[in-house]
Amino acid sequence: MMRNADSYASRRAFLRASLTVGGGLLLDFSIPAARAFALGDSTAPAALNAFVQISSAGIVTIISKNPEIGQGIKTMLPMLIAEELDVDWSSVRIEQAVSDPARYGLQFAGGSRATPLNWDPLRRVGAAARQMLVSAAAQTWSVPAAECETQSGKVIHPRTKRSLSYGHLAAKAASILPPDLASLPLKDPKDFRIIGKSQPGVDSPLVVTGKPLFGIDVTVPGMLYAVFVKSPVFGGNAVSANLDAIKAQRGIRDAFIVRGGGPFNGLGSGVAIVASNWWLANKARDLLEVVWEEGATAAQSSEGFAKQALALSAQPPAAKVASEGDVTQALAASAKQLQAAYSYPFLSHATLEPQNCTAHVRDGKVEIWAPTQNPDAGRKIVAKTLGLSDADITIHMIRCGGGFGRRLMNDYMVEAAWISKQIGAPVKLLWNRQDDVQHDFYRPAGFHFFKAGLDGAGKLQAFRDHFVSFGEGGKAASSADMGANEFPAKFVANLELGMSLMPLGVPTGPLRAPGSNGLAFVFQSFIDEIAHAAGLDPLQYRIGLLGERRVVGAFDSGRMIDVLTLVGEKSAWGKRSPAKGSGMGVAFYYSHLGYFAEVVHATVDAGGRVTVDKVWVAADVGSQIINPTGAENQVQGAALDGIGEALGQAITLNNGRVVQSNFDDFPLLRMNQAPPVEVHFLKTDHPPTGLGEPALPPVIPALCNAIFAATGVRIRSLPIDPKLLG
Amino acid sequence: MQYTIQVNGKAQGLDADPQMPLLWVLRDLLDLKGTKFGCGKSFCGACTVHLNGVPTRSCITPISAVGYASVTTIEAIAATPTGRAVQNAWLAVDVVQCGYCQAGQIMSASALLAKNPKPTDGDIDQAMSGNICRCATYSRIRAAIKQAAGLPTVDSRDKFL
Repeated sequence: MMRNADSYASRRAFLRASLTVGGGLLLDFSIPAARAFALGDSTAPAALNAFVQISSAGIVTIISKNPEIGQGIKTMLPMLIAEELDVDWSSVRIEQAVSDPARYGLQFAGGSRATPLNWDPLRRVGAAARQMLVSAAAQTWSVPAAECETQSGKVIHPRTKRSLSYGHLAAKAASILPPDLASLPLKDPKDFRIIGKSQPGVDSPLVVTGKPLFGIDVTVPGMLYAVFVKSPVFGGNAVSANLDAIKAQRGIRDAFIVRGGGPFNGLGSGVAIVASNWWLANKARDLLEVVWEEGATAAQSSEGFAKQALALSAQPPAAKVASEGDVTQALAASAKQLQAAYSYPFLSHATLEPQNCTAHVRDGKVEIWAPTQNPDAGRKIVAKTLGLSDADITIHMIRCGGGFGRRLMNDYMVEAAWISKQIGAPVKLLWNRQDDVQHDFYRPAGFHFFKAGLDGAGKLQAFRDHFVSFGEGGKAASSADMGANEFPAKFVANLELGMSLMPLGVPTGPLRAPGSNGLAFVFQSFIDEIAHAAGLDPLQYRIGLLGERRVVGAFDSGRMIDVLTLVGEKSAWGKRSPAKGSGMGVAFYYSHLGYFAEVVHATVDAGGRVTVDKVWVAADVGSQIINPTGAENQVQGAALDGIGEALGQAITLNNGRVVQSNFDDFPLLRMNQAPPVEVHFLKTDHPPTGLGEPALPPVIPALCNAIFAATGVRIRSLPIDPKLLG
Repeated sequence: MQYTIQVNGKAQGLDADPQMPLLWVLRDLLDLKGTKFGCGKSFCGACTVHLNGVPTRSCITPISAVGYASVTTIEAIAATPTGRAVQNAWLAVDVVQCGYCQAGQIMSASALLAKNPKPTDGDIDQAMSGNICRCATYSRIRAAIKQAAGLPTVDSRDKFL
C-alpha cells in the first residue's frame, strides 16, 4: 500500500486525554495514529498508538506516561491499558515516557489525580489497540470483526477455530484507522484479569539489586558535579564570595555567583561550585565565605508568627469563608460553650533522595534528567530562565526517591540547567540534606481559634473557626487556604469560618494531602472535644453530625457514615477496654475524592512517651481497587506518614532561617515506632479515585483523640509534646 | 592518596582524598550507584554496606578507614544465600514504594539474618530502626524479613488480631 508523506503526517497526532475547564474528561478521539510500519521498518515494533507497541515476536510494550514517585503509577497505568488490550501481564514490558504532553496528555504526580483522570481514558487506549488487532485479523480471514474474540494476546475466530497472535497482526493493525474511542465497548469488571489483581512494582527487581534508577544515579559522559549554596534567609542575594580560594581547592573546576532574581520555584541567587566529583564540590563549602544581602524576611520567626496569630485572633477575621445562621446568637443561647486554640507547624517534605537534576545545555538546546513530579512546568520555567523556547527542552522523567509534593516545584531543575549553561558541560546538581531541609516549599503553619455551642442534649448548635494563616493581598499562600465546605460547614445550623492572613516570605507548597493534613487535625480534634463535652461516644457523635445521607457539593455524607461504621466494626470500637494509659481515638476526613475513617489505639507511658499500637483504616475510593497490593501499601504508608508528622516533626523559623537541618532534628518515623495498619476498602458504586494522599489526614486527629482517651490531655498543638503527657 | 580496597570480592585501586567517604568512592569513583545518599550523617541508613559482614554507614566511613576490610554492596549481596533470600522476600511481599531506601534496608536485614536467623519483632526493631523508609513501608519490611527467615509473617506486636 502506498502512503504519501502528507497523509501520514496528518495521522501522526496522538491519542490524548486532557482536562476540560470544568474538570471533566475530554478525549481527543480524532487522530491517534499508526506509525512507521508503512515506511518499511519491519524490525521495529508496531505502534498502535502513543501508548502501545507490539513486536512481531509478540512483546507488548506499554508506555507509562506519569512520573513515578513511589505511588506505583508506573505499574498501575499500564494495567489499565493491558486489561482492555487483553494480553497477559507477563508478556508486557513497561517503558517510562519522556515528558511530551502533546503526545501523552497531562503528565504529573499530584493530587491523587492519576486514577480518576486515567481510569476511563487509558482503558479506552487499550481497547482501541485491541480493536485494531481484531480488525486486522478479520481482514486477514475475510470474516466480520464482530465474530472475532481476543484472549491472552491472540485474536480468535471461534467459528472456524482459527487464531492469530497479536505479534503476527501488529504491523497490519498499525495501518488501520483507530476507532472512535467514545463508542468502544469496555470489559465488564467481572471479566477483569489484570485490574483488581495484585501486580508487584515493575521496577522492584531493579530496586532490590541496586541498579541505577533514580535521578541521583544518572550519569552522562563528561559530566561534572555541582552544589548550589543559597541564602539561609529565603530570597536573600549573594553579594560576594571567596571564589578564588574555592577554585584553588583540589578538583574544583569552577565557582561562581548566580545573581538569580527569579521566583522561589525558579532561579534564586547563590554560589555554584562545580567539581570533578560531588563530594569535593560539597566539601569546598567548608571554606566558602559568602556575603549575603538577606532581605526583608530576616527578622521572621515561628515564635513571632504565633504571637501575631494570637493578636489577630482577638479581632474579627479579615475575610469570611463560610457563614450560616447566626453564630453569635446561637453561642449566647447554648447550654454549653467550648473554646480552644489549635496550631500546627511548618513541615518539610524530606524526600529521602535529596533534590537533584542532571542537565546538559548545548547549541541552544537543553537535555534534562530529573526526578520531577511536574516536568512540563519545569520545562516552561527552564525555557523562560534560559531565554529558550519550550521545544528546546527535553525532559527525561527519572524515578523519584519520594515526592510528597516537593518535586512539583522544579527549582533544582532550573539551577542545574543554569549551571550547565555557565560551564558549558553536562552537570549533575545534588543538594545535600541541609540544603534540602532548609530550602523547601513548606507545609504552611496554621493557627485556629475555635468556639462551639451545644444545646442541653449535646447537639452542636454553633461553630466558629478563625483561621490565622499566611498570605498577602487577601490571597492565601500556597496550601494555606481553607474552603467554604470544610466540615462541619453545611452540617451545623449556625457556623462561621473566617480567615486572617499574615505576610510570609517563606516558600510554601503542597505536602501530601495539602491543606487537609493540617485542617483534619484541628477540625476532627475539636469535634472530638465537642463529643466529649456532650458526653457522647465520639464515633456515634460523628455519625450523628453527618445526619441524613445526602450530597453536599462533592461530599456524600452517606459514604462517610459507611466508612465510619466499618472502621467501628473492624476496630471493635466501644467493645474494648483499653488498659490504663491506653485509649482509642477516631476521626474521618474527605479529601482527594476519598472517604476515610480511621481509629488509632495508643498508649502513653509515665514519661509521656506515646506508642501507637495499631491503626485501623476504612476507605471508600469507589468501585474498583486497581492494584490491591499497591493500594494497601499507599494507605499504610500515608497513615504512618501522618503519625510521623504528629509524633515529631516541625520546621521552625528563627531570624528568617530554618532551624532544622537533618533527620536528627527533623525526625522521620522509624521501624520501632511504626504500628500495624489494618486497611479495609469498602467498594461502592462510584468511579475509582486516588490513594496517594487521602489516608493521611484523619490519622493525626485519630491519634490525638486516642491520647485524650488514654490520658485526658487534649493535644492542641503539633508535634505532640511528651512534656504535656508525662 | 592511592588506595586499594576489596569491593564485592574484587580489588579496586583508586585515588582519593583520605577523608572521602566510602559512599562517594563507591558511587562516583567506582560507579556502584546502588548505595544511596540520604543524609550524610549516618541518620538514615540509605548508605548501608557491609564491612566484613557488619552493616556500616558508608557516608561517614572515610576511605582511609576501610583498609583491608571486605566491602559488600547491594550489587553483590545476592552472592550470599541470606542476601538472595532477603531480595526474593522483598519482591514476594512487594515491599517497595519509591525504593530509594531499600538497598540500605536490604543490607541491614541481610546482616541481621546472617547473625540471627530467626529474629523476633524486637530484634527486627533493634536491627532496622537505623534505616529510615520515608514511604513507611515498615510493615512489609518486617514481613519480608520474617519471610526470608522462614518465619510466619504475622506481627507479634499486634494485640488486636
